[in-house]
Amino acid sequence: MKNLSRRTVLRGALKGAGVGVALPFLNCFLDDSGKAFAGTGQRLPMRFGTWIWGCGFIPELWIPASTGTDYELPAHLLPLEPYRDRLALLSGFDVKLDGVPNKPHITGCFGLRTGIPVPDSNVKAPTIDVLVSDAIGRNTRFKSLEISTSGIQRSYSYRSAGSPNPSEISPIALYERIFGEGFQDPGAASFKPDTQDMIHHSVLSAVSDDRHRLMNVVGAEDRARLDEFFTSIRQLEQQIALQLEPPAPIENFVKPDAPPQLTLDSEMGNVMETHRIMAGLLAKALQCNQTRVFNVLFSDTTSNLRRPGTTTTHHTLTHEEPLDPELGHQREVAWFARESMVAWREFLDELAGIPEGDGTLLDNCLVLAHSDCSIAKAHAVEGIPTMIAGGGGLLRTGVHLAGKGDPISRVGLTVQQAMGLQVERWGSLSMETNRTITELLS
Amino acid sequence: MIVARSVLPSCMTRKIRLSVCFSIASICLAGALNGCNSADETLAEPTPVGGPPLMRRLTESQYRATIADIFSAEIPIAARFERGVRADGLLAIGTSEAGMSPFSIEQYDAAARSVASAVVSEQWRKQLVPCRPQSETVFDEGCATAFVEHYAPRLMRRTLSTQELQPYIELVRRGHRQLDNFYEGLKFALIGMMMSPEFLLRIENTEPDTEMPGLYQLDDFSRATRLSYFLTNSTPDSELLRAAAAGELKTREGLAGQVDRLIASPRFEDGVRAFFTDMLEFELFDDLAKDPVIYPAFNSQVAAEAQEQILLTITDQLIGRNADYRDLFITRDTYLTRDLGIVYRLPVATRKGWEKSEFPQDTGRAGIHTTIGFLALHSHPGRSSPTLRGKAIREVFLCQEVPDPPPNVNFSVVQEPTSTNMPTARDRLEEHRTQAACAGCHKIMDPLGLTLENFDGLGAYRTRENGAPIDSSGSLDGTEFNTAEGLAQALHDHPETPRCLVEKMYRFAVGRDTVWEERPYMDYLVKMFEAESYRVPELMRTIVLSRNFFAISGVRQYGGEFQNAGLNIPMEETP
Repeated sequence: MKNLSRRTVLRGALKGAGVGVALPFLNCFLDDSGKAFAGTGQRLPMRFGTWIWGCGFIPELWIPASTGTDYELPAHLLPLEPYRDRLALLSGFDVKLDGVPNKPHITGCFGLRTGIPVPDSNVKAPTIDVLVSDAIGRNTRFKSLEISTSGIQRSYSYRSAGSPNPSEISPIALYERIFGEGFQDPGAASFKPDTQDMIHHSVLSAVSDDRHRLMNVVGAEDRARLDEFFTSIRQLEQQIALQLEPPAPIENFVKPDAPPQLTLDSEMGNVMETHRIMAGLLAKALQCNQTRVFNVLFSDTTSNLRRPGTTTTHHTLTHEEPLDPELGHQREVAWFARESMVAWREFLDELAGIPEGDGTLLDNCLVLAHSDCSIAKAHAVEGIPTMIAGGGGLLRTGVHLAGKGDPISRVGLTVQQAMGLQVERWGSLSMETNRTITELLS
Repeated sequence: MIVARSVLPSCMTRKIRLSVCFSIASICLAGALNGCNSADETLAEPTPVGGPPLMRRLTESQYRATIADIFSAEIPIAARFERGVRADGLLAIGTSEAGMSPFSIEQYDAAARSVASAVVSEQWRKQLVPCRPQSETVFDEGCATAFVEHYAPRLMRRTLSTQELQPYIELVRRGHRQLDNFYEGLKFALIGMMMSPEFLLRIENTEPDTEMPGLYQLDDFSRATRLSYFLTNSTPDSELLRAAAAGELKTREGLAGQVDRLIASPRFEDGVRAFFTDMLEFELFDDLAKDPVIYPAFNSQVAAEAQEQILLTITDQLIGRNADYRDLFITRDTYLTRDLGIVYRLPVATRKGWEKSEFPQDTGRAGIHTTIGFLALHSHPGRSSPTLRGKAIREVFLCQEVPDPPPNVNFSVVQEPTSTNMPTARDRLEEHRTQAACAGCHKIMDPLGLTLENFDGLGAYRTRENGAPIDSSGSLDGTEFNTAEGLAQALHDHPETPRCLVEKMYRFAVGRDTVWEERPYMDYLVKMFEAESYRVPELMRTIVLSRNFFAISGVRQYGGEFQNAGLNIPMEETP
């Protein structure tokens, strides 16, 4: 066993069999690498997240001219230069509509995240982050954390059509939820379980005792909803159970201070500031294992970002701004598209700013960044810009891959497999695929 | 079990989807205008159809009202509720489909803890704990039982057997034992009740209909709950629970007595407000942003007061004056605060709070759709939008669904709003007419919205845009006008206006979309509404007194039999 590299196993499992298999952390391999162990001797967990920005990109300013590793960074990716080696750029992967009406800014986003195109927000399958959190998020305090930084109270994390996971839009509320009541500071000098928590835990167990009786009195559809109710109750039980145990020590962790009161709206300067602060809090939450899954909505898919004193938002501009004859693209739209990449860089800065093991938190995160469309003006869902950051050696980075019109569900499939999910094929109709993106396997 | 049902032909086409409007706008509008010419002129209720029993989540306002009614309006609820799910145009229908994310449970738990802590606190226990324990440190079984017997039926909206009460009494015992404090025991028992699915969800139970073989109906307590949340947006009060337990809601007289009592009560206003808050999509205000440079008068206070202004007008008109529903589109009566007065440029003498006022005739402002609660909500952050406003009028007030724009449209011809070539929205939108792909739908939306162009993106009156005079002429389904008042009158007179209200009100009441077989019933409600001179309280009364309101069908909406709640269905265990 000691002669095997983890890489060999991954490649063999994925390429050879042609089917997805779980890619667990194998202790013996990780031990060899020495990277996956924190100073405390505990294994460092892998985290998964998504980062969404709205209204796509300017293709000629974003897609590198060549594929592989030796590409030149185009203008809008220049802000990401420091992370060039930590990013996989994916261009040319399509949401396949199969005749489903393209609801602007919605169909593309959910198509990418569920592998199934829908003409509205009525998703037909859980979004990819929910699938991953079901697999890796059960033992942390929060199954996942959602944040939205432009004042829009929504997320693109759905268990089912009626069950979105709402986003936190206020840094203060986010701080209170993570670091307020119920937070166990790993740096605290002593630990004493609270008797209140013990009773609280048994109250919730008592609630679950009603499960069997109630499941018998509702119809089949409501049974699924009721099941979700009791699953969420169990998650809360788990949260309280964690409070009854001393927190595991975390290297280099210092509890953050409460954030200042900010103006929460869609003006770009305010959004950038809100995003930076919320990303910092999220990174801290990841560091001390409050959650392993997150979803960030930098700007909504119909981006309401705006510059102060202007009459028109980013989204409206994509439709109404004329092409600049000299530039060949929409000047204002390009400004928002580039700033979105600056925000993405700042997000990575927060993850990379936290030391973990002999690397950083970013090394132990796999973040899927994507938009809802490619060319917003036409609401095109072909070639939606997508990136994978970090990846902890599970996936190859520093590379640009062209999808050449392949279904974008290949990205979702590969990411799930990298996160250790037992999934062989994913998506439906033209988006159903069992084709792992093998070029991403390191 | 399929019930023989009247198959009266009906011309009713509900939820007119204007999907063919790209090419043949005029035809679908003609359809909308058709009205109904059913031969059936009597006002007898058709054979009940009903729908499946539902499991509905309490909305935030229902949760808050319920806590206020059961405990006290002053009990703090320390939780952040997520936004409801809108389905088939209503949050009320979304409550039948909404799931329960970990976030929701976390927040309900926080709410339950804050309420329970307050209830047993020294400040409140005298008033809210129905008995005095012998001592705080000794377990008092009698008091524990009295507490649970008092609150469990109220919270779960039904009577509970001794056996069902027992686990909560046990929680008191356990809490007391571990914390050595009786009130702490009560607190945790209360948290348990408030986390029960039977409190957080309205799980409807059914029983066979004794009069209509093959049909099912709601049981007594599910009736009380459906009735109460519809008419008062809150939990059944003790009198209604008593009537339910006594079987009185199954008799016409018993039901009518309770309905009249609730409609006459001050809580009825909360039911009316809840409906219009849902219909007018006020939750969109949570996301509403206005550019502070362009609209310095806008802030969160103005946003909140803009909604309240509409609701005050509605309750004053519909309940206070028992006015015709359609008057909401023409009335110039309104309510103002100082902050709103700044936007409307009207003097407000009252320093704090509301005062009755009237919109002056010269601005053409008439009807709730000309208040900023509508105009600002359906605009862009930095300018007005005739298209968004036209779309909202179609969808909110006329129940006509306007399709999304085709994905691949070049809007750039619509140009920048500050362009000197096209100073007004009308100039810019004119361009749409030259594009076939746009023309159909924009013809349906823009003429309505252009009439409101004298109101800017916040709703303030103006006569010019970018220096050019504004032409506010427009039309609605064949009626031409050139002022906002003309639009107001056209909305008042539109045959779809009352029908749309009836439809939304019924769907709101039962928490689901109407089914095909309910068309004769909807016709019946529309005729009753007309016969009652479009009085909304009467419409609500007609709905709750109709047999269809409590009827449960044996057939699901999308075919297939539902598994009746009263039967014992084998359950698949989920791991």
